[in-house]
Order: sequence, then structure tokens, then C-alpha cells
Amino acid sequence: MCTYVTTTTEASGSAYRGDDWFRVDRAVVYFDHPQDAPLDHALCIDVWGDRERVAVELDAPSARRLAESILAILDHDEVKVLT
Amino acid sequence: MSDAIVAQSTTIVGHGGDEIEAYEAHPLDGSGQPSVVVLHHMPGFDRATKEIVRTFAVYGYATLMPNLHHRYAPGAKAGDAAAAARDAGGVPDEQCLGDVRGAVDTLRARPESNGKVGVIGYCSGGRQTFLVACSLDVDAAVDCYGGRADIDLAPNLRCPLLGLFGVEDQSPSPADVAAMTSALEANGKTFDFHSYDDAGHAFFSVDRPSYRLDASKDGWKRIWDFFGTQLGGE
Repeated sequence: MCTYVTTTTEASGSAYRGDDWFRVDRAVVYFDHPQDAPLDHALCIDVWGDRERVAVELDAPSARRLAESILAILDHDEVKVLT
Repeated sequence: MSDAIVAQSTTIVGHGGDEIEAYEAHPLDGSGQPSVVVLHHMPGFDRATKEIVRTFAVYGYATLMPNLHHRYAPGAKAGDAAAAARDAGGVPDEQCLGDVRGAVDTLRARPESNGKVGVIGYCSGGRQTFLVACSLDVDAAVDCYGGRADIDLAPNLRCPLLGLFGVEDQSPSPADVAAMTSALEANGKTFDFHSYDDAGHAFFSVDRPSYRLDASKDGWKRIWDFFGTQLGGE
């Protein structure tokens, strides 16, 4: 099924596309058919800067582990004081 | 008659007079050709769907697939254009209808055309196919597992409809297919729905784990029979 389930959030920073970095301003997160991953559905993230992006497609357990890892890092005592 | 086909990228005039990319394939020669518009799935104007376009040409159909994501990233790869369309909020139905109208007009204007044009779409293209069949002057339509079809449009269906679904699909679910069946029956429409056991969404997709050989083979046979009858194909 096409879920069309999509969220767009502001993002500030840079992304690397293999030959250079570019500034990014938003991230589009969705769960739908992937372009490449051998999955029926994937958690997809497009981090955009103007008209270029970096993209990842992960199975749901991987995406959940990634999200938990990000939150664990951000919630670390040594990190909290810096954010 | 030769069995050669021509397949190439081209440009058509779509919604609002915009020039958009399309992929065409048709028999190299022969007159009285039926035509088909192919509507790609959510991942876009990709290699696998272009292969479907060429398959229709091999079976004698002049075929066009408008790139519904073209405006969002002209010249980009299918995946980037699909992502750009999603980033922009998706393809509006009116824009889709305008682009398909352009494809239908282009096909009917070919001197080799027999005047008959069908439409087939997969996944999100299946939903759009139903929208087209309820909105434009086409002669036959095939909805391949299009979820979220607007059931309220059922009274407006203008042409015979073939629907191919998987019972393991969640959108359209068996309940969705049953509800559409009831709506079409209540409105006296001509349609033929088939739901395959052991198949879910995207069972025609040979490059995805959802591919199901038996459902795909039977589905293709039904497509050839249906378009053959409705469009005068092989």
C-alpha cells in the first residue's frame, strides 16, 4: 500500500553527498515504498537543502533503533548541557 | 508485419499547457493501433514502469506514460523527482487529470491510432486510474491495487473497469474492494474485480519482494483479454 504518511520538519546543518557538503533546511520523513531497499515499505528520510538531498531507506526496526540512538545521545548528560 | 517497437523519452503538453516529460513505446509499423496510458506508482517514472510501457508496445499498443513528477525536478532521476513531489505536498488530482488528458489526446492524434485509449495504473497510479476513468473520455481502465480510491466517484465511472487486487493488501484492503464493488453494482457500472490469494500490494513488481508469480501471470492475462476486448487489441 502507498501510505502517503509524511512529515516535514525544519532542519539546520549540513549533509554530505559524496563529493561535497551542502547546507540543509528541512527533513522529510515518511513510511512508504522505497526506491531501492529490498523492502515492501521503508522508513525513508530525505534531508533537503534547496533542490538537493541525501536519502536513506531503512526497515522499521532499524529506523526505530536509529531514532532511539539519536535520542539517547541527545539525552546523555554530557550532551544535554551543550544543547 | 514487423514485431519491432520504438521506445523513447518524449515531451507532451500536460495540465495548464505545461510541457512535461513522458515515455512512449509503440509498434514500429502497422495501423489501427489501440492505445494505453500507463500511470506510474509512487516511486515514480522508474525503470520498472518503463519496462511495463515497452511490454504494452510488444503486445501492439501505442503507450504513453506521463511523468507526473516532472514539474518538481525536471531532468532528475525518478527517485529524486518522486522525493521532490512528496516534499512539495504531492501531485494534485487536477494536475494529474490534466497531464493524463494530454497523454490521451496525444495518443488519439496519432495517425496509426484506432481511436481507442485505455488507462492502467499501479499503486498510487491505480487510485489515479479510477479518478481518470470517472473524469475523462477513455475507453477502458485497469486499476492495479490502487488504495484510497474515492468511492463517491463511483456514479461517474465512464468506462469498463478491471480491478486487480491482493487479499493481503491493507490499502486497498479486502473491505475496501468490497465497498467499491457494492458502490459500482449499486450504480449499474461495468466492472470486473479479481483479488488474489497469497498476494498483497504491488504483486506485479518484478523488482520488489512483493512480486507474486501466479497473481502476476494471471493478472497480465486478464489485462490482455480486457484491453483486447475493449480497445481492439490482440
